[in-house]
Order: sequence, then C-alpha cells, then structure tokens
Amino acid sequence: MEKQATLPYGKYVMVWFGLLALTALTVTAASLHFGKWSVLAAIIIATVKSSLVVLYFMNMKYEEKIFKIMLAVAILTLMVIMVLTFADILFR
Amino acid sequence: MSYGSAGNALPLNNFRTTKTRYSGIFAWIFSTDHKRIGILYLISILSFTSVAIVIGLLMRLELIAPGETIVKPETYNALFTLHGVIMIFLFVVPGLQAIFGNFFLPILIGARDVAFPRLNLLSWWCYMIGAFMAVLALFTGGGAPDTGWTFYVPYSVRTSTNVSLAVLGVFVLGFSSILTGLNFVTTVHRMRAPGMSWFRIPLFVWASYSTSWIQILATPVLAITVLLVAFERLFAIGIFDPASGGDPLMYQHLFWIYSHPAVYIMILPAMGVVSEILPTFARKPIFGYKAIAFSSLAIAFFGYLVWGHHMFTSGMSDTARWIFSLLTFLVAIPSAIKVFNWVATLYKGAIQMSPALLFTMAFIFLFSIGGLTGLIQGALATSIHTHDTYFVVGHFHYIIFGGTGFAFIAALLYWFPKMYGRLYRMKPMYIGWGLMFVGFNALYFPMLILGWMGMPRRYYDYIPEFHFWHVVSTIGSWILVSGIILIAVEFFRARKHGEIAGDNPWGGVTLEWHVPSPPPHENFDVIPQVTWDTYDFEHGLPEKTAEGASHP
Repeated sequence: MEKQATLPYGKYVMVWFGLLALTALTVTAASLHFGKWSVLAAIIIATVKSSLVVLYFMNMKYEEKIFKIMLAVAILTLMVIMVLTFADILFR
Repeated sequence: MSYGSAGNALPLNNFRTTKTRYSGIFAWIFSTDHKRIGILYLISILSFTSVAIVIGLLMRLELIAPGETIVKPETYNALFTLHGVIMIFLFVVPGLQAIFGNFFLPILIGARDVAFPRLNLLSWWCYMIGAFMAVLALFTGGGAPDTGWTFYVPYSVRTSTNVSLAVLGVFVLGFSSILTGLNFVTTVHRMRAPGMSWFRIPLFVWASYSTSWIQILATPVLAITVLLVAFERLFAIGIFDPASGGDPLMYQHLFWIYSHPAVYIMILPAMGVVSEILPTFARKPIFGYKAIAFSSLAIAFFGYLVWGHHMFTSGMSDTARWIFSLLTFLVAIPSAIKVFNWVATLYKGAIQMSPALLFTMAFIFLFSIGGLTGLIQGALATSIHTHDTYFVVGHFHYIIFGGTGFAFIAALLYWFPKMYGRLYRMKPMYIGWGLMFVGFNALYFPMLILGWMGMPRRYYDYIPEFHFWHVVSTIGSWILVSGIILIAVEFFRARKHGEIAGDNPWGGVTLEWHVPSPPPHENFDVIPQVTWDTYDFEHGLPEKTAEGASHP
C-alpha cells in the first residue's frame, strides 16, 4: 500500500492535453444538435474524461485490487440508478 | 434471574476517567476516542429526539377533535415538518450507527479505535453544525419550513418559509453521515484483530458495514439535490420548477434515490442489534449466520432499486411503475430471511428473559406488521388507494418506530451496562416496555384503519366519521410517552446510582464482553487473538477464552 507509483511528468501532461481536447469536443458536440442523442454523446465524453482523471491523476490504475472493486461498486450503483431513471423518462 | 452483583466499584482505568489534553467538557467535544464520540452522539441525538417527541404529542393533541384544537393550521404544517426533519435527519439516520456503531464497532472487531479518529470527531461536529443550521431555520427568514421533511418542489421553491437554510443544514448533516460511513468501511477492512475473519465478525458489524456503504454512495445524491433546491430558490435556475422549465418529477427521483436507501440506513443497524441480542439471551449461536450477513448486503443493494415506489401516483411512466413494483417485492425476500432466522434462533434456546430481549421480540413483531403493510403499498393497484393517506403514516411508523425505535431502546438496554458500567432496575423497564407496546399499537394501528377509510396524511382537519380512531390514537400517544418517560428516568438514575454491572452481566460471547465495563481507553491491553466463532457459547465465553489463553 505504501508503494506509490509516480509516473513521469510527460504522461500527466499528455493526459491533461487529452482532457483539454475532450473538453473542446464536448463544446463542439453541444453545438451540433444531435437531438435526443446529445445526452448520450455528452455522457460518453464525460465518462472518458472522468476515467482518465481517475486512472492517472487519482492513480487508480496502479492501486490494489480492493480499491478497484470498491470503485466498480460505486460506478455500478450509479449506472443502475441512471438506467432505472430512464425507465421513467424514456417511456413517459 | 437476577443480574449484577459484581463488586461495588467501577474499574479505575476506564475511558471516562482517562486524562486527556483538555479538561471538563472540552475533554469530550475534542476527544477522538470512539467511545466518547459515541456518548457525544447519544446525548446530542437524544436531546433533539425529545424535542421531536414533544412535537409529535402536540400534533396528536391537535388531532383529538376536528377543527382547531390547540394550534393554527400554519403552525400544524410547521410542526409536522419539524417532527419529520428532526426524527429523520437528526435521530433515525445517524441514530444506531453513530451511537452504537461508534462505541461498539471497533471493540467488536478487536480494534483500539476506528481507522480515522479525527475524521470521526469531525463527523460529530458536522452533525452539530448541520443540526444547528436546521434549528436556526425555524426562527429566521420567513419562519419554520412547512413543506414536510421531503421538501417536494414546486412548493419548497415557492414557499416564503426558510427552506433554504433548512436544506443547507441537511447538506452539512450529509457530510457527517458520509464521513462516518467512510470511517467504518475502512475500519472493518483494515483493523480486524488477528483471527477475526469476515465470517467471524459479529452481525452488528455486518449490518453496520452494509449501512456504511449506503451512507457513502447514496448521501451525495441527497446533498446535491437539496443544494439544487437552494439554488432554485435563490437563482431560479429552472431545474425542478416547471414554471421556469424544470421537471418536478426529477426532484422526486433524486430525492428518493437517497431517501429510500436511507430507510435502510435507519433499519439495517437495528437489524444488526437484534442479531446480537437474540443469541445472548437464547444461549445459542444465531441461526443462519451467513444468510443474515448476506441478506444485509442484499438489502443494501436492493435498497437502491426501489425508490420509484414512492412515486406511483406522481405521473411517472407505466413501464417504470411496474419495474419498481416488481423490485419492491424482491426486497421483501432478504428482510423475511432475517425474520425467519431470528425466530429460528429462539427455537429450543435456553431463553433468559430481559428487557432487552423483550424489546427485541417487540421489534420482530412490529417490524413484521410494518413490512407486510409495506407490500400493500408496493402493489400498484392497492397503492393508488392508500397513497398519501394515514395508511402510509401508520406503515412508516411501524417500520421506523416499531423497528428502529424499539431496537434503539433494546440496544441501549443491552449495552448500557457496558457503556456506563452500571445496571438499571428490571422492573421499571418491564413496565415501561408494557406501556410502550400497548401505547404504540393504540397510537399507530388506528392510523392504518384511518388510512384505509380514506383519511389523507398531513391534514389539519377531518370529517366526523374519522373522529373515534383519532381519539384512540391520541390516547395511545399518552400511554406511549408515559412508557418512554419511565424508561428514560430509570436510565438517568442508573447511570450514576445503578448497581455495578461487572464485565459480562448477560453472559455474552462477543468481544465487548471480554473487556471491562466501562472499557478502558483504547479498549484492549493486548489485541485479542480470535480463535472461536462468533456466538460460540462453548468456546467464546470470556472465562473460557481466558483459560484457552493461559493453556494454549
């Protein structure tokens, strides 16, 4: 648990540029009027962005398995909640 | 059977007498000792609760006759909001978890403290600050909130009462809950004594662990939801209020995504307490340890999937309604597993009667009535009939008061000798139980009948046909409160003047009975090596394990 994997700075900078690019993509996608797919597009881009933050900036990629499982539980719960909410919104 | 008679002095070195950096009250409010924090929670939570009990009494008194009796309609709206907010956010949500979880969880797994003692103290401070903000909201701004504890939009956005400060109070209280959850999950994972494997941890710890996960995962949803209500009020951002393009159903979704799992935050630790008390007084291992442990996790998981059953008549889609109804029926399964296992534990046990056991058995009975009346509302067709009636109020109080409330008193009766080192007298507790049980049913069963007859909830006035049952209900409230007062007075007396309890007055086997009463600072001189299964009365009794230690 003490082993802290420190990545080379270059990698952090690359992830940062990646995040900036994805932010630009979010703004562009928002102006394209995808209709009902616009929410899905926004969610997909946001997921990729948060994955990058969690994996590299929060070091989750190099953590113990137990923390990965705990994170997975949280994400799974969030997904289930969203799916069930859409069971109302999509069929209302 | 008599308990006690274990000498005439408390151990000199206990957590109450330990010297710390501070003195007086500061030695408590700045203490990072999990036991002192547990006691802090006990005192603060019970202080708020007694206010909410008085408000409940006033509401019942108002309803003893149709029309105005003692308060104006607006005051009545504020009273039921206040009663709900205090009871939910300041009593039953933190209740068992913060008091008994803090005090006993580390001891039960053989640890010296929780994983993050300072964070633990911070969570108590968050609780106090949040509670203070909620109370301040009553006397400032436009007056006491009148929305009900659910803060439903659009009314909560439009009312002139001080909803903004009240919801900010709830927001801060949420942090207290999240920090406690985080602390307990880490403690259970990292601080178990050697030999205390996952299937040897006491069932209260399993329940507390499951609860902690709900606190961590669900509370942020409430926090962001109430914050959005405050934003909506202050800046009209148009997320919930239909007048500015928002969706009020979205509020109900978000609110219940937290508040339904929160019901399990309230009831799961209570179930854990029941699973501790039954084996001790039946003198045999719990029936179906793994089934009870896993059903706690199952309840925590399924608890996330059923929030929509609060919204059956809200205009939600039909697809969502039948999905949520189906899922609601599924959550009854793990609850029933627990009930059957508890009853089976008593079967052929060498049962030793005590007030704690009596409250525990009342829990099983009342919780079962609460659970079964819940299924009536989980079914779509009958839910239409009972929605927003007194039937819901009756059902809810059977679960939360008959369940959590009775288990809370059971827990206090069971662990009081460990916390204070002294025993109470049995007789006042038995009489108190009798008054509470009769009063409780006289107070809440008429609500089920009234609801079935069509009496709407949260109404100030009613038609003459409902009068009789309202009178019965109000008289029930007086009987109930007289029982509570009797028990409270005896606890108050016993904490200073009770007989010395000794280390193990009930003959329990879990680790808290292996340490002195009250426990010393940091609980254990030597961290125990656990070689017996939980609830193993053959090998787990303190004297037996001490023998084992001296003859390895």
